[in-house]
Amino acid sequence: MPQVAFLLRAARRRAVVGGIAEARRQPMTSHEPEAPGRGSIRMEGVSKGYAMAGGWLPVLEDVSIVVGGGEFVSIIGPSGCGKSTLLGIVAGLEEPDRGIVLLDDAPATDRLGGVGYMHQRDLLLPWRSVLDNTILGLEVRGAPRREARERARAMLSTFGLEGFGDAYPAALSGGMRQRAAFLRTALADQPVVLLDEPFGALDSLTRASLQVWLLRMWEMLGKTILLITHDVEEAVLLSDRVYALTSRPGRVQKALPVTLPRPREYEMTATPEFAELKAALLATLWSQDAEEGAGP
Amino acid sequence: MNPPPARTPRVAAIAAQWLPPAALVATVFGLWEGLVRGLAVPWWLLPPPSVIATKIVESRSLLLSHTLVTAEEVLAGFAVALVAGVLLAIGIAYSKLLERAVYPFVIASQTIPIIAIAPLLLVWIGYGIQPKIIVVALISFFPIVVNMVDGLRSVDADTVRMLRTLGASRWQVFRLLQVPTSLPYLFSGAKVAVAVAVIGAVIGEWVGASAGLGYLMVQSAPRFQTSMVFAAIIVLSVIGVTLFGLVSLLERRALAWHHTARRESALGRR
Repeated sequence: MPQVAFLLRAARRRAVVGGIAEARRQPMTSHEPEAPGRGSIRMEGVSKGYAMAGGWLPVLEDVSIVVGGGEFVSIIGPSGCGKSTLLGIVAGLEEPDRGIVLLDDAPATDRLGGVGYMHQRDLLLPWRSVLDNTILGLEVRGAPRREARERARAMLSTFGLEGFGDAYPAALSGGMRQRAAFLRTALADQPVVLLDEPFGALDSLTRASLQVWLLRMWEMLGKTILLITHDVEEAVLLSDRVYALTSRPGRVQKALPVTLPRPREYEMTATPEFAELKAALLATLWSQDAEEGAGP
Repeated sequence: MNPPPARTPRVAAIAAQWLPPAALVATVFGLWEGLVRGLAVPWWLLPPPSVIATKIVESRSLLLSHTLVTAEEVLAGFAVALVAGVLLAIGIAYSKLLERAVYPFVIASQTIPIIAIAPLLLVWIGYGIQPKIIVVALISFFPIVVNMVDGLRSVDADTVRMLRTLGASRWQVFRLLQVPTSLPYLFSGAKVAVAVAVIGAVIGEWVGASAGLGYLMVQSAPRFQTSMVFAAIIVLSVIGVTLFGLVSLLERRALAWHHTARRESALGRR
């Protein structure tokens, strides 16, 4: 059964990163994992700016971030703090002006195509069926279409898309489209997945259910996830660690470890521990506003 | 209550599509017939539709032989325009240099009256079918290039980034994203092009030809065979409408997703 094969494959992948997965279950004592390992991301001293009509616009300044293999890490910050630029650099779509990006602890100069990237918009191709949209990653790697389709079809139900494989994306709801986009990312066999405000465009009810769904997917797939969000609750609920960025140019203001136990449930949002973490994160983000307000 | 038979709405839909143009044609031709006969207009000046219809039936073999010549010119010229236009559009969309160098001339070429170029082509190339094909291609290539360039440029930048992160090469981005994105634009251009292609063929034949519906018109008009001129005009418009219909049919086949998406968003299902 393809479904079973897939689960076995996922289990094997998890075994590879098992050490880190175990470490994840313990409350974190330090901000950063000791051994990043496979599927890890490390940004060191990354700066990036763009030439503008009025001169030079610095977007990121000396940003250092570590995501261990199999970890779930979020980046939060005010709009215009260069979050999307940061993901673009990790994905290899752009190169930093200064600093380096390491994947699996090795400098990764040719990383485009090796890092999954999921945008806020689902970006499904309207002329392809849902199934054929999800196999894009396999197809560009030269996998035979039939095999790719079989593999994708076996995962439709896991992604809540059963019976919609042959439909065009236009027939799907917003939440379903986003899950289809996630399946497209998941099928591309990339150990690292970057999520750029993936639930930003959805209504709050759909968003909450997709957050929990994403937690379950992450536990099952064993991938490393770096999530960008402007939703404080989302960051705390999902992450092992949250990086707060300052507004432009984006700098790492604080790395807040999230000590909530795993596996996470949505009900945890009502616990005092959750409220405390949320307050701490908000205080960090607001202190920055205050500094700015007090500035000359 | 029994549900109504499924056939009725289809018949109604077909009637809804064809009745308005049929009614319009009937009204116009009826008025025309009545006025020409009522005011006793001489037929060499304006023949009534019934006389034109009779002429078409009587001269059907003559009309058919000339129609085949014109149709060949139209199809060949359109094919040349399609291939050249698509290739040029790809070049323009991908190369800033080519865009700067060529695009102004593509636009300028459309402002030169084709009727001024046609006699020159005759001098340069002669009386064969080639100058007509060139005239047809020149006139119909513009809408194809302009639409195709717009289509290739309308590609969504975020989707390109998404495909690149999946490991797609530039060629794969072109094949998987740019070609399907630009197809609706290409079809829009082709529909305009195929209609003006018929005009191009007639102009080419007016300037110098020994066969074709344009040639037939030029031959008939000075001899006051006005009904033959009208017969040729009607056959020409039938050619134009038929070709337009064929392109539309192809479009509907190739872009089934496009029409489904449009219909579904119109129904508020998105």
